[in-house]
Amino acid sequence: MNPLKKRDLFIALGFLVVLLLLPLAVGHSRYLLSVLMNCAGLSLIAFGVWLTFTIGRINICQAGFALIGGYTTAIVLSRYGLSFWVALPLSALVAAAIGALIGSFILKLRGIYFSMLTISLTEAIRLAFLNGGDFTQGSKGITGLPQPFGGDSPLPMYYLAVALLALGLLVTWRVYYSRLGRIFRAMRLNEDLAESFGTNVWRYRVVAFAIACALGGLGGAYFAVFTQSVYPQSFTVEHSIYYMLYCFLGGLEFVSGAMVGAFVLTILFELLSQFQQYQTLVYGILMIAVILVLPNGLVAIRAAVKESRA
Amino acid sequence: MSAAILEARSVTKRFGGLTANEDVSLVLAGPVGQVVSVIGPNGAGKSTFFKMLAGFLKPSSGQVLLHGQDITGMPPHRIARLGLVRTFQETTIFPDLTAMEHVSLAHQLHREANDLEVVLGMARARGDEVRLGESALEILELMDLASVADVAARHLPQGLLRLLGMAMGLAARPQVLLLDEPYAGLNPEETNRAVAITRKVAASGVSVLLVEHDMKAVMAISDRIHVLYFGKKIAEGTPEEIRNDPKVIEAYLGQEDEELGL
Repeated sequence: MNPLKKRDLFIALGFLVVLLLLPLAVGHSRYLLSVLMNCAGLSLIAFGVWLTFTIGRINICQAGFALIGGYTTAIVLSRYGLSFWVALPLSALVAAAIGALIGSFILKLRGIYFSMLTISLTEAIRLAFLNGGDFTQGSKGITGLPQPFGGDSPLPMYYLAVALLALGLLVTWRVYYSRLGRIFRAMRLNEDLAESFGTNVWRYRVVAFAIACALGGLGGAYFAVFTQSVYPQSFTVEHSIYYMLYCFLGGLEFVSGAMVGAFVLTILFELLSQFQQYQTLVYGILMIAVILVLPNGLVAIRAAVKESRA
Repeated sequence: MSAAILEARSVTKRFGGLTANEDVSLVLAGPVGQVVSVIGPNGAGKSTFFKMLAGFLKPSSGQVLLHGQDITGMPPHRIARLGLVRTFQETTIFPDLTAMEHVSLAHQLHREANDLEVVLGMARARGDEVRLGESALEILELMDLASVADVAARHLPQGLLRLLGMAMGLAARPQVLLLDEPYAGLNPEETNRAVAITRKVAASGVSVLLVEHDMKAVMAISDRIHVLYFGKKIAEGTPEEIRNDPKVIEAYLGQEDEELGL
């Protein structure tokens, strides 16, 4: 196995094992568990952004698709009274379908043009839910959603979060390390070259984007039941930018990058909670620093050190 | 009419007020396995013409026919499926993948498994990997690249990367291969080797159409040559005829004789 892939696998499996075992140590603390659950949900959403990077597009609309997933779950639960286990896959499907539809028009754009359009898309989706009338309850949002598990213990919800994280990781892993992922990377390197040997570039861009949106929708659905509510403000442009930063920080060449970035940044800010109001500022500075100093992200840090010594 | 493998009929391309190609026609007929070149001074419109043949640009007017079928304005991936594949001057490739992995990847058209089967790693996808890997190895053997099949691309010299680009084009199993300046930037030794391999590829039953600056290589390899000058075709013929064509000599006037290979 390629050494880079080996390291990726090592980190990914290590993360999952630690997450599975951590409740033994911190299971008594609802606060610590909720921080981890937050990280897991954010990672799930960030995997989608990471996957869009593999086709060479900077995706800043993932919060919009998380919102779509969150509202799908909220509406299905509150209005139709269906089970969360129906709402969850449905949220992913709705987000993927809307993503495929929008993506088939906007994915022609590249670079800064695509990114700017996706920023506005996040905002457009938020406004759509804000003005959705009775159906979305406007700025009041949809609250009082039932959690899928009864009882008082937070552990079932925690393991749901870990399971969804594992699912997101598995999907991203299988896509990236298969022939499909190589086609995506070929498109990132040179779309004309990929097209020249018969790749329907348009189709694969839409496929990649739809999978990304499905992961966003899944994450949104999870947060809707985790916080038992969803508002138009639940996922905004700011969040879209954070997801991108997680990927940058963790590393774009490793599937585990999105997850490492999400955990590191989220936990860091819990530790520095008195600086919470400067979060955006710090994230901004961090983003610049990461791009300058660690262009391949945290996961690649050992390789970077080795290379600089050599 | 359908005897022609590839035919461009009065192809014209305008970019705003600039006419890059005007009324260019070309017929690639006769036995398969010919090598035909398109030459011309810088800015003659060779690259534009090539892009239109392979579908990367849509002609302003005129038609491109492949085996008599109109392919004008089709997207490149569909044209590739019909048997016409273009390679690139700059071989942008994955530094970490081996030569064989590159060629195997380029077998996009010959997969049996669908995308879902690929992601799930199902039997048909695994079968593809074995089958396409073998096919990739055959292509590498044809190109004399078998010895570097397992070498990561970042360790390959420029001359071999160029051949790897050609091998990736062959992976689509084309009947017509368009090579965009395949010998640019190669040293004479590398060029000789690449010319010999181009001949081998053609002999394996692929018609080769190439754009090239290296006149010596063009004269040595081509069965037929077409000359473009300021977007128009000014001559067509065997290397011998082209060498003695007064219009061609005039077009190249001011250039060193060496460059024309005279």
